[in-house]
Amino acid sequence: MNEAVSPNPVQSPLHEPAGGAVAEKIAVRGLNFFYGQTRALKDVTLSLRTGKVTSFIGPSGCGKSTLLRVLNRMYDLYPGQHAEGEVLLDGENILAPGLDLNLLRARVGMVFQKPTPFPMSIYDNIAFGIRLYEKVAKSELDGRVESALRRSALWTEVKDKLNASGLSLSGGQQQRLCIARTVAISPEVILFDEPCSALDPIATAKIEELIDELTDDYTIAIVTHSMQQAARVSQFTAFMYLGEMIEFDETNKVFTSPRDKRTQDYITGRFG
Amino acid sequence: MVDHIVRSYDKDLDTLERRIAEMGGIAEKMVIEAMDALSQADVALANQVVASDARLDALQREIEEQAILTIARRQPMAIDLREIVGAIRVAGDLERVGDLAKNISKRSLKIGLEARVPRAIVGLRHMNDVATELMKDVLDAYAQRDVERARAVWERDAELDALEDSVFRDLLTHMMEDPRNISFCTHLLFCSKNVERIGDHATNIAETVFYLVTGETLPAERPKGRQDYDITAPGIVNS
Repeated sequence: MNEAVSPNPVQSPLHEPAGGAVAEKIAVRGLNFFYGQTRALKDVTLSLRTGKVTSFIGPSGCGKSTLLRVLNRMYDLYPGQHAEGEVLLDGENILAPGLDLNLLRARVGMVFQKPTPFPMSIYDNIAFGIRLYEKVAKSELDGRVESALRRSALWTEVKDKLNASGLSLSGGQQQRLCIARTVAISPEVILFDEPCSALDPIATAKIEELIDELTDDYTIAIVTHSMQQAARVSQFTAFMYLGEMIEFDETNKVFTSPRDKRTQDYITGRFG
Repeated sequence: MVDHIVRSYDKDLDTLERRIAEMGGIAEKMVIEAMDALSQADVALANQVVASDARLDALQREIEEQAILTIARRQPMAIDLREIVGAIRVAGDLERVGDLAKNISKRSLKIGLEARVPRAIVGLRHMNDVATELMKDVLDAYAQRDVERARAVWERDAELDALEDSVFRDLLTHMMEDPRNISFCTHLLFCSKNVERIGDHATNIAETVFYLVTGETLPAERPKGRQDYDITAPGIVNS
């Protein structure tokens, strides 16, 4: 996991970390976001590297969840919210009008803070999404469900009760079911919005292990309130404050010697 | 530096820093007194230096325990993490400085009344003065988080290396003049090595201060004095 780091990182004033050799999956350029009149994101520029985990940290209300919701246009579901600027997914601006949102959300999956299994069987929770995007034979569907559950490290725990309700699982299992559901439709990017904040330490460790497993194959963005978690799971970290991107750099750098005083004050517990 | 939201965290870090300061004071005093005891053949003072080392060892253990506890309890990040790792390192260096001073005192107890050629000690005293200055400067640099002062110590260590070289030649000359000096001068040779190492520990602390403040490390290569000893005595030519 060290190939992202070039031996002599050169810092540009735009808070761009070293490791330019790794391709950009998503490039955010001059992004502004509005809830009605309120500007929640201010000229945010950063990039998510292909096959890497980028974590977003910052106090509540700093705009990190808002940013995540822009990356798959989740905000489109709500009137009065709009984004300005550019968000390039493989070079294509996803903020452009006329974009197929269903296709976008199949490419950019999302896992939420609270596990949100559908009120249906474990099997159907995963098959539902696959059926939505593709026509597949029953036998292939079985295979796809199994592999998604295996990828999410849930298979051995649920293989004998695939017809049980998804809601009968524990919180940690439900969250892994949601990850399985996301993985099943083979997205390219997965967005995690505080995926562990409702989970106990063991379930949290399992999700983190899962994120490790998913790196390389997926580009991952994670919003978390746990600095330790950000330090553990990500290769890049962005610190946001009051809608601004304050510091964006390699995780190792941010948590040992951040450049900006505000970052340092926040991660060392001196804020406010 | 702004205080932590959790105030007991600041207290933890303050305690560490106070104990380092105490260690620094003890180690510095030991270095000075070890050389006084040696040059004045003061047995009581030498014994006192040997005895002070126990307190230094105890303090180092306390600092390590406190540091580990703080890491476990607070999961420190950034400057706090560097502070705590710095405290562990500096405590280790100071403990070694104490050992070296103790070793000099043990030698002066062994030499006892056999002390000969007092002028042989002059060079060694001078070395010790420089080492003491480096120690004092680096401890101030640590207390004030003064990077420039730390860097100056780091660069000045070369001076001590050069002095050791000249002490070596001087002692060799005394030994060649009169073989009865050999035992005494050999003890002094070891003492000069100890003083040189005290300088190395001051340099280590300077590196720690630099890292602690900047998050960067000083280059691996620092300016060096002469390393190679000319084994032949002055005036004798190899053929």
